[in-house]
Amino acid sequence: MLIRKPRSNEIRPSEITPRHVFENRRQFMTGVGMVGLGAIAGGSLGGLLAPETASAATTLATIKNDKYTLAGLGEAAPTDKVVASTYNNFYEFGTGKGDPADNSKDFQPLPWTVTVDGAVENPGTYDFDDLINPHQLEERVYRFRCVEAWSMVVPWVGISLGEVIRRLGPTSNAKYVAFETLYDPERMPGQNRSPIPWPYVEGLRMDEAMHDLSLLTVGMYGEVLPNQNGAPIRLIVPWKYGFKSIKSIVRISFVEDQPPCTWNIANAREYGFYSNVNPEVDHPRWSQAKERIVGTGIFAERRKTEMLNGYADQVGSLYDGMDMSKYY
Amino acid sequence: MTQKSVSGAASRPGNFRRAASKVAVFIICLMPLAWVIWLAFTPGVGGSGLGPNPQEFLNRFLGDWALRFLLIALAVTPIRMLLRWNWVFRFRRMLGLYAFFYVSLHLTSYVVLDKQFFWDEIWSDIVKRTFITVGMASFVMLIPLAVTSTAGMVKRLGANRWRRLHQIVYLIAPLACLHFFMMRKGVQLEPMIYAGIATVLLMIRIWHRFRSRPGAG
Ligand code: HEM
Repeated sequence: MLIRKPRSNEIRPSEITPRHVFENRRQFMTGVGMVGLGAIAGGSLGGLLAPETASAATTLATIKNDKYTLAGLGEAAPTDKVVASTYNNFYEFGTGKGDPADNSKDFQPLPWTVTVDGAVENPGTYDFDDLINPHQLEERVYRFRCVEAWSMVVPWVGISLGEVIRRLGPTSNAKYVAFETLYDPERMPGQNRSPIPWPYVEGLRMDEAMHDLSLLTVGMYGEVLPNQNGAPIRLIVPWKYGFKSIKSIVRISFVEDQPPCTWNIANAREYGFYSNVNPEVDHPRWSQAKERIVGTGIFAERRKTEMLNGYADQVGSLYDGMDMSKYY
Repeated sequence: MTQKSVSGAASRPGNFRRAASKVAVFIICLMPLAWVIWLAFTPGVGGSGLGPNPQEFLNRFLGDWALRFLLIALAVTPIRMLLRWNWVFRFRRMLGLYAFFYVSLHLTSYVVLDKQFFWDEIWSDIVKRTFITVGMASFVMLIPLAVTSTAGMVKRLGANRWRRLHQIVYLIAPLACLHFFMMRKGVQLEPMIYAGIATVLLMIRIWHRFRSRPGAG
């Protein structure tokens, strides 16, 4: 069919073609057909392989951070890799839980640059490699608690945000760190609609950003971060609700005043600047006392949510004397 | 409808066709439920075809279909008004009862699978969380409509009182849409589509009422 089709297009019945020319032409067409087929086969193979090679084959050289292991989380079981990469929120690719995985297949994260500006000694536009490579990649298993009362246990791969910040050298005026996600509706189709204002922005107080738990994340499950989970670089702050862990970061700004945060702009009553995991402060539309561990089945019991997602010993002192129900 | 049944015994084949069409619609309306049961027993990411968060999936699926059937039932009268397809009328009660059926399943999945019978949590949800308060109000208002859906009840109440009672569906539908809108995070398109459809369905009635003086149309 492939060979016949162009022939029937090009040789109309009205055309009078000498036989030898016809034969040649036929040969020629066959040749083209073969080349065409080859090209198509090659193209589709490439198309099929590309996402796989991009997501699966790129294992990262990491060391395990002994402080943050699965064993350290009590009875936790790691969330299935497929679950963690097919069930998540990333409104840049759509508002459904499966949308990010479905709609980010063609997203090419690299090359990537991160702009560093504000009250900092080494501002500039950093290539992804230049930002990451000076640091040791480490694997840390954290609980991940979404504000929607579901949770996961994920082995992230990344570098200490605090070390990166130290290298960038914030000045004494830097009281907060602000982050911004890529805004590019052509590459992030969810941005063609406006469920929330774009670009997505987030922020941390400087001491939160410098805390050992804060991780600039480039991978999970030992592999490069899938597009749908915020490739190529995202934040993980495990004691805060998931939306604080901003994805696909293109800008890091050191600022003096508390920076705006997307969900806080969208609905200040429901989402505060801090958004620390707190079973005692309910979301106005649902309770935060318990969480459903995704992937555990339809009859699984919900787990009691822990203060600061179980990291109270480590980060509780950051909020000493602060009314957590006021600064939610 | 009544015009036809007057002819009584003479229309046996008509009766049969009518009964058959009702059975067909009855079965079609069960399809969403059949589909979701099928999903529950097929393998998939996170255990079954219901996905990694089956409680959420089920509850939303059932909520979606409850709202869809509510709007479909509400569309019967406008369709009859505008297109003069009188035959759609015979499915109205069934469609309304299916809306109630799917809402009941939606509520059941919430109580059993979502909240796992933690009644204190359920109660505080109902009183504290506006979108659930609104959903619950819609459900409660649907109960008398379902109960009085039988021919006997229509007779007992009298057509006028029955009609007036069933007019609370004009309140239930907007509340159900509001429930959906409030439940979603951010400003999302889907709830607005449903709300838009409900608005159109109610507007057609209002428009028709103002227009339908004797002799008009
Ligand atoms: C007429 C009555 C009702 C209708 C038409 C309705 C419809 C819906 C719809 C369409 C959704 C959103 C589904 C989605 O996101 O795709 C929803 C969500 C929800 N409904 Fe209802 N509902 C009704 C009553 C109730 C009642 C009585 C309750 C419980 C007391 C309830 C609890 C919920 C909950 C908890 C959700 C959110 C599920 C989640 O966050 O995943 N609803 N409902």
